[in-house]
Amino acid sequence: MDKKLGVYICTGCGIGESLDIDALKKVASKEFKAPVCKTHSWLCGTEGVEMIKADVAGDGVNTLSIVACSPRVKYDVFDFGPVLMDRVNIREQVAWVLPAGDEDTQMMAEDNMRMGLVKLNKSTPPEPYQAENLSKTVLVVGGGFAGMNAAVGAAQAGYPVLLVEKEANLGGFMNKMNKRIRPPYKELKPVDLEDQIKKVEAEPNIKIFTSAQIEKIAGGPGVFDVTISQNGSSTTERVGSVIQATGWKPYDANKLEHLGYGKFPNVITNVQMEEMAKNGKITRPSDGKEAKNVLFIQCAGSRDENHLAYCSSVCCLVSLKQATYVKEQDPEAAVYILYKDIRTPHQSEDFYRKVQKDGGIFIRGELNAISEDGNKNLSVEASDALLNETIQLEELDLVVLAVGMVPTSIDETALNLDYRQGPGLPVNKYGFPDSNFICFPYETQRTGIYTAGCVRSPMETAICAEDATGAALKTIQCIESTAIGSSTFPRSGDMTYPEFMMSRCTQCKRCTEECPFGAINEDEKANPLPNLTRCRRCGTCMGACPERIISFKNYSVDMIGSMIKGIEVPDADDEKPRVIALICENDAYPALDMAGINRIPIDPFYRFISVRCLGSVNLVWIADALAKGIDGVILLGCRKGDDYQCHFIKGSELANTRMEKISETLGRLALEPERVRVEEISINDYDRLPVILNDFMARIKELEPNPYKGF
Amino acid sequence: MGDKKSILIVGGGMSGLTSAIEAAEVGFDVVIVEKNPYLGGRVAQLYQYFPKLCPPNCGLEINFKRTKSSPRISFYTLAEVEQISGEEGNYQVTIKTKPRFINDQCTGCNKCAEVCPVERSNDFNYGLDKTKAAYLPYAMAFPMQYVIDGSVCHGKACAKCVEVCNYQAIDLEMQPETITLNVGAIVWAAGWNPYDAVKLENYGFGQYANVITNVMMERLCADNGPTQGKILRPSDQKEVEKVAFIQCAGSRDENHLAYCSGICCLASLKQSTYVREKNPNAQAFIYFIDIRAQGKLEDFFVKVKQDEKLSLVKSKIALITEDPATKNLILEGEDTQSGERIRETVDMVVLATGMEPATATVKVPAEVAYDDYGFIVSDQDQKGIYGAGCIKRPADVAGVVQDATGAALRAIQSVVRR
Repeated sequence: MDKKLGVYICTGCGIGESLDIDALKKVASKEFKAPVCKTHSWLCGTEGVEMIKADVAGDGVNTLSIVACSPRVKYDVFDFGPVLMDRVNIREQVAWVLPAGDEDTQMMAEDNMRMGLVKLNKSTPPEPYQAENLSKTVLVVGGGFAGMNAAVGAAQAGYPVLLVEKEANLGGFMNKMNKRIRPPYKELKPVDLEDQIKKVEAEPNIKIFTSAQIEKIAGGPGVFDVTISQNGSSTTERVGSVIQATGWKPYDANKLEHLGYGKFPNVITNVQMEEMAKNGKITRPSDGKEAKNVLFIQCAGSRDENHLAYCSSVCCLVSLKQATYVKEQDPEAAVYILYKDIRTPHQSEDFYRKVQKDGGIFIRGELNAISEDGNKNLSVEASDALLNETIQLEELDLVVLAVGMVPTSIDETALNLDYRQGPGLPVNKYGFPDSNFICFPYETQRTGIYTAGCVRSPMETAICAEDATGAALKTIQCIESTAIGSSTFPRSGDMTYPEFMMSRCTQCKRCTEECPFGAINEDEKANPLPNLTRCRRCGTCMGACPERIISFKNYSVDMIGSMIKGIEVPDADDEKPRVIALICENDAYPALDMAGINRIPIDPFYRFISVRCLGSVNLVWIADALAKGIDGVILLGCRKGDDYQCHFIKGSELANTRMEKISETLGRLALEPERVRVEEISINDYDRLPVILNDFMARIKELEPNPYKGF
Repeated sequence: MGDKKSILIVGGGMSGLTSAIEAAEVGFDVVIVEKNPYLGGRVAQLYQYFPKLCPPNCGLEINFKRTKSSPRISFYTLAEVEQISGEEGNYQVTIKTKPRFINDQCTGCNKCAEVCPVERSNDFNYGLDKTKAAYLPYAMAFPMQYVIDGSVCHGKACAKCVEVCNYQAIDLEMQPETITLNVGAIVWAAGWNPYDAVKLENYGFGQYANVITNVMMERLCADNGPTQGKILRPSDQKEVEKVAFIQCAGSRDENHLAYCSGICCLASLKQSTYVREKNPNAQAFIYFIDIRAQGKLEDFFVKVKQDEKLSLVKSKIALITEDPATKNLILEGEDTQSGERIRETVDMVVLATGMEPATATVKVPAEVAYDDYGFIVSDQDQKGIYGAGCIKRPADVAGVVQDATGAALRAIQSVVRR
């Protein structure tokens, strides 16, 4: 495309009073030979916008630099359709935080403009990636309650569904369930599994595979090729996206010998209790007599470092439900519940209240010992935390252990992904493939593959149904985004994608190893094989590549490198250091904006460059910056570690590891290692941001000016 | 999605935003109706989320960015739904907007607020400080557009803001407007209100300056809050040394809210970390019935309770009184674990009040089923209008997003069906 550049400088909101606008115009017209360069005192007003529109429509301007406020505001006004556009921030970042009429203020504005114009120069319009033979089918792995709900959810939105269940029947754990407890939590409800299965079977969009397993999933969103094995034969189907709803299994009660399991026949699990209730009478396994004295032990192996450290969320409700079975069988029966905390959140508290009213006896405390007499009756000694004494429960017919939920993902690879980074979804420390993000609970590190139900996190059935419906939405959303070549969350709508100049690849494997989403496979010679529909456009591969062969149409190693080269570096005698801040566009950039809105002064010697993620920062930028006389480089990214905030998983972490390697370069240049720093910052840290910047600048000023200035 | 009808989303908080964005990114047009002058709802007022202790603005920023980049999302602020008629696939909805008095030509330059001579109680900070009558709700507000509080503005008699605004953005004669929309489905995500602590007579809220609620505590700790993040108690702006959190303040109580709001235990645990982080010498007490930290949130409970300066006491505090001289508060009750009487004097009390659904007070103007407490019942047979988030059950942010994503799909199904 032949670019015709138009530069539009706003002089409103204090910009005109702060800066020498004529000098700014010269940067555009002299240095960058912009054929069109105009100013307006109210660029976002109708007149200003019409002026730009007229140039686009009538004058062939197709490359726009809007030199005004932050791109975070007036986004709707400065929208000129399919043109190349860049916003240069001289309001929040310059005019609002630096002294008006000052030489350094002016220099910062001019450099911001230079960087913006270089960026436009190095950008080309995105051409969305279009994969071939796209499928809009959703694959649901697991035909339990979550899987069935997910399948119906997608099908009723008009999408074909393949529902794959490893057992002979649909329904999963619900096949064992006697009654359900669900809103409004006043009484027990029938499981109505048959109705639910009928609903799935009646859905013409759903194709059911029972006694079937996933042998392999290759490809990526829109173009997943799934091999399903069933009755000894395999078929391959193309699908657009995947839901893993493989559920849970009960914690292995054989590990709970201290609670009498395996030792005493009348100690059973809540799962056995449920099956027994479903099959008829609640009896003692030892002699088949009706159970009239029943103790439930909550958190049997849960909230316990030696077993499951987490809470399985539903066991309190399940025991309350099962206590009701006992009472329904015999209203005179005694039901005890030994608990740490009763956890019946939201309206389910009503059911707790009901069981209390029905005569359930609740004991807050812990089991000390359990024993059995000659008649197989059980006695329990417990410390009652409320009475502050040891109590004895004698002649118990049945002790029910409320065991927790373990995700099937802990030891099964139900998906068998053909991914370089492994066959399953990455999981948290307890084995759940759950999201790390509070705001985005459906996030996984494998694009187009979502989880639903108890494999993701323990949850009660009513919530499970909603969860599965939400997961179904995410799958069809991924299918539709992929179809138009757009990225999915968090860079939704991004039409660029990484392009690999394979002829220069040295097979170093860094991109394939570091991609947080497992988007890049490898061939046997270690050549990267990008699966572009898996890509989230974070640029981590671009940051990783030592050969600089990975580029986006509007984001590349060359582009940022050239922007840095575009910065004017004053002579050492001028005592005007230059420090580059590479900042995360999601958190650090808005924090800087907030400093601007609050008019908190920022050091004028910084030059800010926003990056997609610190993971996309290529070391060559830092080396080149220092080699041209820039005095220091600071990277501002999100929190790393267990509670990481980086939405591309490990941007800050990678930046830190890569920085260890930069010391080598610094050594070669005979520069001090203190010239490069990585800091963590959150979006709210707008008051801490100037402190961090000032602190680093003070350190830089203690050093001699970079000797490479002027080279 | 071609000629498909749009989806109306009522409420622009975490639930509504989620339903809107998720549906829009599938390819459906959505319209958000928000009663505040900004989007983001109650999470925008939080300092940090549990368990990661990360700022809500981070996720909001991503969601606002998604909103900005999606041509399918439109929204009205200061707007409420007045009337709904029709059926699944074809609803006529009447929306009433309140005048903002500042139009979208506003550049956010702050000149109007600078010259405005009138102050108002800052509802964003639950009345803990004041703003000018011309104000930006908060620094990260989206849309970044000022608003004038018509109930206190002197109007044309003053008009100082009109004089200084270079962008013809102020219109003091702006009138309420009525808008009608034709939509295919409705997601009701009007959120929740904190339970009115004044009703808890033995706790002295509204009477004793240093008894505050958990939502106020968030503002008191927030960097952009009334005290710039210092925990200064309201009576004398003294930095607090001893803070008591009272769990189930009105919750799990048939005289108030019979249900459990599910998040208050974790919120108080989180707020105890604020106290301890901001003043390493401070002490915190949490008086609880049960600590409810579901799922992996148990980890957060385990981590926080290790703090030696946090005392977890199983007790339902019976009475709070104020020492009139010091304005300190005296808590009385029984430690149900030791059986001993409690008499503790603290600088400040935080009442962990629960969540009441917006529909407990203002119902959906259409046929919708509610439970005993005014929550919308999610009945799958009831098609066309769907609750999302805390309007259905009290939940944490992840739970709300999960629910709102599901509601978005149900709304899409309604639109597709017809």
